[in-house]
Amino acid sequence: MAEQHNMAQEGSSLWADAWIKLRKNYLAVFGLTVIVLLCIVSLLTPWIAPYGYEQQNLILGATPPSAAHWLGTDIFGRDMLTRIMYGGRVSLMVGFIATAVALVIGILWGAIAGFLGGRVDALMMRIVDIMYALPFMIFIVLLMVVFGRNILLLFVAIGAVEWLTMARIVRGQVMALRQQEFIEAAYSMGLSQWTIIRRHIIPNTLGPVIVYTTLTIPSVMLLEAFLSFLGLGIQPPESSWGLLINYGVETMEEYPWLLIFPGIALSLTLFALNFLGDGLRDALDPRASKD
Amino acid sequence: MALLEVNNLAVHFHTRNGVVKAVDDVSFSLDLGETLAIVGESGSGKSVTCYSLLDLLPKPPAVIEGGSALFNGEDLLTCSADQMRHYRGNDIAMIFQDPMTSLNPFLTVGEQLIEPLIYHPDPSLRQSRASAREEAISLLNEVGIVEAEKRFNSYPHEFSGGMRQRVMIAMALINKPRLLICDEPTTALDVTIQAQILKLIKNLQRTRDVAVIFISHDLGVVSGIADKVLVMCDGKVQEQNKTEHIFQHSQSDYTQKLLAAIPRGAKATANRTESGNKLIEVKNLKTYFKDFSASQGAKSTHYIKAVEDISLDIQKGEILGLVGESGSGKSTLGRSILQLVPNTEGTVSFANTQLTGLTASQMTAYRRKLQMIFQDPYASLNPRMTVYETLAEPLLYHDLATRKTVNQQVQLLMDDVGLARSSLRKYPHEFSGGQRQRIAIGRAIATKPQFIVADEPVSALDVTIQSQILNLIVDLVERHNLTMLFISHDLSVVRKICDRVVVMQQGKLVEQGKTEQLWADPQEVYTRSLLAAIPMADRVKV
Repeated sequence: MAEQHNMAQEGSSLWADAWIKLRKNYLAVFGLTVIVLLCIVSLLTPWIAPYGYEQQNLILGATPPSAAHWLGTDIFGRDMLTRIMYGGRVSLMVGFIATAVALVIGILWGAIAGFLGGRVDALMMRIVDIMYALPFMIFIVLLMVVFGRNILLLFVAIGAVEWLTMARIVRGQVMALRQQEFIEAAYSMGLSQWTIIRRHIIPNTLGPVIVYTTLTIPSVMLLEAFLSFLGLGIQPPESSWGLLINYGVETMEEYPWLLIFPGIALSLTLFALNFLGDGLRDALDPRASKD
Repeated sequence: MALLEVNNLAVHFHTRNGVVKAVDDVSFSLDLGETLAIVGESGSGKSVTCYSLLDLLPKPPAVIEGGSALFNGEDLLTCSADQMRHYRGNDIAMIFQDPMTSLNPFLTVGEQLIEPLIYHPDPSLRQSRASAREEAISLLNEVGIVEAEKRFNSYPHEFSGGMRQRVMIAMALINKPRLLICDEPTTALDVTIQAQILKLIKNLQRTRDVAVIFISHDLGVVSGIADKVLVMCDGKVQEQNKTEHIFQHSQSDYTQKLLAAIPRGAKATANRTESGNKLIEVKNLKTYFKDFSASQGAKSTHYIKAVEDISLDIQKGEILGLVGESGSGKSTLGRSILQLVPNTEGTVSFANTQLTGLTASQMTAYRRKLQMIFQDPYASLNPRMTVYETLAEPLLYHDLATRKTVNQQVQLLMDDVGLARSSLRKYPHEFSGGQRQRIAIGRAIATKPQFIVADEPVSALDVTIQSQILNLIVDLVERHNLTMLFISHDLSVVRKICDRVVVMQQGKLVEQGKTEQLWADPQEVYTRSLLAAIPMADRVKV
């Protein structure tokens, strides 16, 4: 009995509390559900897609939504539902992986630079500045010349660009945090610098980081379309939401469904991410009210 | 007719957790030339009362539920926004607590002073820049700014805290208000400066014949300045009477509790047998900081001499008080002893081991034995860690507990500092200031240290809470056989708990001695002026 009493009082961690709070936030749960569903559908696409993504039907041409093709077909008679499902695979993968890469590098880089300060900070941030200054197009062309066309390069290229802003945001946060007394308290307790960064600094930078992340994912998805257009990334007949939207825009007046449906798919993801991001930010801030 | 007559004022806050009655049926009146002090702990509604008079409350959540506030016969609570703008700054002016943040850092002080004159809402009252400047300079002279003509063009950061508060007072007076509301105007200031500002407000009131509402949590401060005192608690008026009356024949229990909480008298257990056992030995310690703002030439590096050649011993088991005004280097000395800032010269030894010059990793072993309690309990706790995590971290990190035993140890710590075990899962923001300071103290004693530096641990707290925390500190020091360096600018507090006292001024050690000896017979002029500046509730009785 006493044992149980003790167990009940044991302190929970920020993450456990955050999860409890997140579950009470209906919008965030909705967002999470949508994203999980999208991911499951993407994973299963090769088995559940009604047609092949490259399967053309030139005689059929572009048709509006019908019983056979729920979301219509494009000008080559390819099923839009199938193409959106396959496109989701690429877009979600690029969105999540590239953002995750940017997140990890950016947070670590920014936190270390901001925490150590001085010369280390100056050096690290100059590197960021140089990367910023590099024209993106030239960087891409350079990558293609050296490595050739490769889907992996897509992650490298996007990750290399997106982590810079993240690092700057985190660094700014950390520099403000470093002045706080609880950091000095942790230092006077004898904690190592790495422990202080991990336990005291990074959790306190999460608010802006999460918000920025939810903004980054959709922008990365669109960036992929731009890169694919340049030739880095994926090539037709493969598809991605960004590419589908690009093509959809060209034929918007004749075949509006070619733009509308991929647009809905991207917007839905974006909404879901924003709800989830807002929910996460509140859940990870104990100061936001508990109920 | 009274200048201001507040009747049955009620202000409610509509929050997520229901309605909070911040001000509940408060009435008072005030004449020209009178000073009313509103006293209470934080959250008592004393500031809300005054803010509602000037319509400065955020609405929502605040709702003025009822009552009236007649200023010259006109109700401030129901007047139009235009009228209110007219009252604000013209007839009623306000001085805020923190002079550091109440001035725009990008405008010169003079520019901010003449702003209300040359941009007056009533065009007929607008003045030319030259005449406004003249008036502002004479006002700066009046509030005691030396070389006002020159200082007119200085920026706020070039003024000290006390000087800025003088500027704020000048700003409040520029439109010749008839009612001056001072919201804890001296709380952020040192004792000696506080005494000066209080004197200034009193003089100005006499020469200009204004009514003053003086908000404070400190009955001691109020005793010398107020004609009437209104004591508030939880939004309700506890007592309202002439100042002498409050101090001598207080009717309400709450007022008596406040009076009892004013630190007074000497430490009860001052007769500790001297162990003669030095725990900390500081020899010729110097701590300098590079001064980047002053270095003009690339080669001439200026130093701020925060600690200048200080030698002192701290005996095992004693509480050594370290007093001085802000900028005297007392915090830096505390941090230098703990090796939180590098020592420029000299040595610090702990239990016969020299700490100066140890590498960071060598120092880690000692950090556990040397702890610190910080001033601001709002900033010294990680807002994203529960109390449990905060207290468990040092235990686990220093291997003083295993995953299995840590839970029990944390609970014992909670008992030690007088917090309920059931609140282990809460986050710092869910606690009051006093409770947070208890958590911070719990963290400091978690590692069973031998020496603790307490840097103004009670100066951010209300009087009643302050005395509780002081009792806790004395209790813990005795029970755990701790040695403490107690840094404070508040001499009454130091007298109450310290065995010996060291006085610092501008980085140098001015005087040291046994507490009572120092009080009875201060040797140095500076010590005497510090002691004279203590606002004492006792003085009213004389």
